[in-house]
Amino acid sequence: MPEALVTLPLFLGALLAGITRGKLRSILMLAAPVVGAYLVYTLTPGQNFETTLFDKPLTPVRVDSLSILFGYLFHLAAFIGVVYSLHLKDTPQLVASLAYAACAVGAVFAGDLLALFLYWEGLAITSSILVFARRSGRSLGAGTRYLLVQVFSGVLLLAGTIAWAHGGNGLDFNHIGLESMAGKLIFVAFGIKASFPLVHNWLTDSYPEATPSGTVFLSAFTTKVAIYALARGYAGTEQLIYIGVMMACFPIFYAVIANDLRRVLAYSLINQLGFMVVGIGVGTELALNGAVAHAFNDVLFKGLLMMSMGAVLHVTGEMRGSELGGLYKKMPKTAILCMIGAASISAFPLFNGFVSKSMIVTAVLEEGHEWVWLGLLFAAAGVFHHAGIKIPFFAFFGHNSKHIETAHEPPKNMIIAMTIAACLCIGIGCFPRTLYSLLPYATDYSPYDASHILAQMQLLAFSALAFLSLKLYEIYPPELRSTNLDAQWVYRRFAPTLARWVLHFVIRIDTAFRRTALRLMGRGVLSMVRHHRSEGVLARSWPTGSMVFWVAVLLGSTLLMYYV
Amino acid sequence: MTENKEKTYLFDNPRNVKLVIRGLLVVCIILVILDLIIHRHSVHPWEHIFAFYPVYGFVSCVVLVLLAKELRKLVMRSENYYDAYPDIDPFNDDGSQEDHDA
Repeated sequence: MPEALVTLPLFLGALLAGITRGKLRSILMLAAPVVGAYLVYTLTPGQNFETTLFDKPLTPVRVDSLSILFGYLFHLAAFIGVVYSLHLKDTPQLVASLAYAACAVGAVFAGDLLALFLYWEGLAITSSILVFARRSGRSLGAGTRYLLVQVFSGVLLLAGTIAWAHGGNGLDFNHIGLESMAGKLIFVAFGIKASFPLVHNWLTDSYPEATPSGTVFLSAFTTKVAIYALARGYAGTEQLIYIGVMMACFPIFYAVIANDLRRVLAYSLINQLGFMVVGIGVGTELALNGAVAHAFNDVLFKGLLMMSMGAVLHVTGEMRGSELGGLYKKMPKTAILCMIGAASISAFPLFNGFVSKSMIVTAVLEEGHEWVWLGLLFAAAGVFHHAGIKIPFFAFFGHNSKHIETAHEPPKNMIIAMTIAACLCIGIGCFPRTLYSLLPYATDYSPYDASHILAQMQLLAFSALAFLSLKLYEIYPPELRSTNLDAQWVYRRFAPTLARWVLHFVIRIDTAFRRTALRLMGRGVLSMVRHHRSEGVLARSWPTGSMVFWVAVLLGSTLLMYYV
Repeated sequence: MTENKEKTYLFDNPRNVKLVIRGLLVVCIILVILDLIIHRHSVHPWEHIFAFYPVYGFVSCVVLVLLAKELRKLVMRSENYYDAYPDIDPFNDDGSQEDHDA
């Protein structure tokens, strides 16, 4: 029963990476995703692994076209990531990255919500190690915040799962919808991992703080699992269209002014997720195909961009756009590979972004959401602007930075990993049929007609012209060393400050209360002293005669009363 | 380090930069002209407006950058904004020390 073992190669790879070293470890780590992908290849849709737990029927592994597509994708991403990190000797990081990939594969094959929850939490824990592995103060803080948010998403998923099963729906993970409370809880849980607006900051906070290869893994798995889960549980939910278009539009403003180039890519990742979320919200066959295909392509081109920036970080130790520039002189291969990624994310014809993004945009227009369509066009022009031009320009061109003298090409394995991703970006862009044949719905969609190509080329060329004119007239905002406030300000600044204020206030009240109590007690002690000290009323000594007198009075009056 | 010893790279020569700029301009002009030649099949009437995509692409990028500059005025803080933690420290404030001693 190969279906039950679908996550085993990657988990085993992670385990073996922990106990082996050197060449053997490299070979085992490369073999794990290859064996895993072969296992996915042997699966046929409907070949589920079912079991029972306390009389509850469970489906830990469900095989259908959607899970197979994501299964291939995650094994591919794991393979590229492993090649990229072959030069590393950092065992915890290597173990975590393969375990992370295994959890992602497990999540997309999970047929019931319980299994999904387990892998969901597995993703949170394993991926946080990739942030911590940078071993800096900032990464410790960012990783802790990341873990908190991810675990919170898991708690919501668990609560939603319990409520969903309690409502008599069973544990099977199929369409959920927003009608029930349970559905809403699970929606928010998925939404956090898909970085919906206002709960998106965990992504832009932690990804730039992770290790160079850690970010490559991070950008591939967590958010794509969320996209998969939304496509499975909430296809055709109208709210997703509006959430998605917000996700596509607002991050590009932040991407334009962000200084850390991997943070620019993190914002642009949210922008790409926006396209996918819109596709899922539209929910037609073309739109869903587009969303899933775009998730596939995004892993490749975003991975490629993250890898090229990781290479720059690895070589120069610097990621701030204000401190970089001119590196094409020493890193020409990396620069060219980065530009292939930039062309792909910008959806140039013949690159893979074009063949999937155009599906979503066409589907949106066909369903009559013309304002959403305008929003997506804006986002498509914007993504070229910040990811397509800004990233290569500020890293490899622009002004000459001090890093040029010491810079050199990154290790060979990094170049190979980037080349694999770049070849796939161009390959899928030129021959989209291979990808289309894997999609959940059969499609005869063809992205390459004159209208599409012309429209896209016009949009992109004039975006580039806009960048050029703004740059020449010096209107374009320069890269500045800065932090830009975002939704995370609420929990990184406002809430702690509020907590301090409240604590301050409580301490003041507490102090005043104690002081008053002390004063009252002091007064009590004083009055006791007054009455009980040697000359006090209650401590005075009495002569014996007066006692005899009072006893005589008492006896006399008793006698008197007896006779009366 | 004399100048002729240093290797000159592709874009050190301003002529090459100019070439790139001119190339982009030519491409833009050709694409607008193609708009007249190629009959576009379209789903939405807006797509039929002449030079819709070029104008939309250009304007949205300019608007994007101008708005982002305004956004910077609103949200930009120093690089170490989140690292520094000045504020009030409730445990070292005057008056609060006494209750520990009492």
